[in-house]
Amino acid sequence: MQAFQLIITRDPALFEIVALSLRVSGTALLFSTLIGIPLGAALGLSRFVGRRLVIALLYTGMGFPPVVVGLFVYLMLSRSGPLGQLHWPVIPSLFTPEAMVVVQSIISFPLVAGFTMAAVMGVDPQLRQQVQALGATRWQTTLTVLMEARVGVIVSVIAGFGSIISEVGAVMLVGGNIEHRTRVLTTAIVLETRKGSFDLAIAVGVILLGLSFLANVAMLSLQGRTFDE
Amino acid sequence: MSDPIYQLRCVTKAYNGRRVLQVNHLDIHRGEIFALVGPSGAGKSTLLRLLNFLEPPTSGRIRFLEAEFGPNQPVPLELRRRVTTVFQRPILLGRNVWANVAYGLRLRGQRDSALQVEMALEQVGLKALARQRARTLSGGEAQRVALARAMVIQPDVLLLDEPTANLDPYNVGLIEDIVREHNRERGTSIVLVTHNVFQAKRLAHRVALLLEGQIIEIADVDVFFEASRDPRTSAFVRGEMVY
Repeated sequence: MQAFQLIITRDPALFEIVALSLRVSGTALLFSTLIGIPLGAALGLSRFVGRRLVIALLYTGMGFPPVVVGLFVYLMLSRSGPLGQLHWPVIPSLFTPEAMVVVQSIISFPLVAGFTMAAVMGVDPQLRQQVQALGATRWQTTLTVLMEARVGVIVSVIAGFGSIISEVGAVMLVGGNIEHRTRVLTTAIVLETRKGSFDLAIAVGVILLGLSFLANVAMLSLQGRTFDE
Repeated sequence: MSDPIYQLRCVTKAYNGRRVLQVNHLDIHRGEIFALVGPSGAGKSTLLRLLNFLEPPTSGRIRFLEAEFGPNQPVPLELRRRVTTVFQRPILLGRNVWANVAYGLRLRGQRDSALQVEMALEQVGLKALARQRARTLSGGEAQRVALARAMVIQPDVLLLDEPTANLDPYNVGLIEDIVREHNRERGTSIVLVTHNVFQAKRLAHRVALLLEGQIIEIADVDVFFEASRDPRTSAFVRGEMVY
């Protein structure tokens, strides 16, 4: 029951982990949304050479093991890696929240793009012709289709969030689980369990479950709205 | 009849090398209701898409208002916005009736459109359903919303692609009245595609028969139905054309 006490009393160590998790996953989700939604819309709405290849790569990305993405980013960002040795200020170092944002963005972006594409493709194809007939520009047509697919697009964002907030392997690799710096919910559970500090591990687990639950409730309620409509 | 709003010269449309439309000469006048009749696959809807500039012709020239366009010439947005289409199946947005009717005005940057939307809804008899979700409407109501959405933008040309094909006689009558009224009050040119020769007879000033992508005959409505020159027109009008 000490676990719940930690939550109720807003234990600073616990809420520092929660805050960092939300900051890292929120930023990563922002990036993957900014890239994923336009890409998904473009794949759903246009036909171009290489589209099938891009879709195949996207589907591969959707099923890619996160820990392999973590390994890839680790190798890229390490001091001897192709990006790490450049020492450019925009390229984050390993074992920083920024590196964790990079890896989570890569994990969640195919999900956001893929589900957005599916949502856009689910919109009545004649809708585009109708809105063009009403005088829509290409940009207005795309926006209208995205608005019609809005439930699916929001679900894609929630699915992206769900995939990264509960991910452990990749953030452990590139973040290192450093206290007060890169410790997030999932890596904290691993560490606290190993230490035998089950109360904190359970408290973190409850919060993680709560966040995942909220994401799923939001997704289900939106899907329910689609079926109702 | 006044001067032509459309002039089509040697216009063809082909898909994958297969020609589906060949219109050598067609004028559509300002303010008239022009009906295109013909069997399925005759090219009627293709012609409407060309008239709405949704697709370019494969060859030939289309003169609309004061501008002329060929296969590879983009049509300016301002000109494209002076014509619109109501399709056979009303495709409404997943919003309420009001938002659907206001949609075309919003595309044109007209935010303060309440009065126009209200008038358009009144014109189609759906003012009471303004706040209802569009996708919960019956087929007839949905088609009237689609019609209001097209009329509210006050186009120079209104293209109607089988607008009553799936409706019951009551709604067919309502929509025909709305179209007739709109044409009379605003002087909007209307091009009506229909299978239904009786509808063409009730609504149109002039009628054209399209067969296998070609215009067989164009005539004033009385002549078309009573004294057509081409035997195929007579056969189509009498319902003897098997297709």
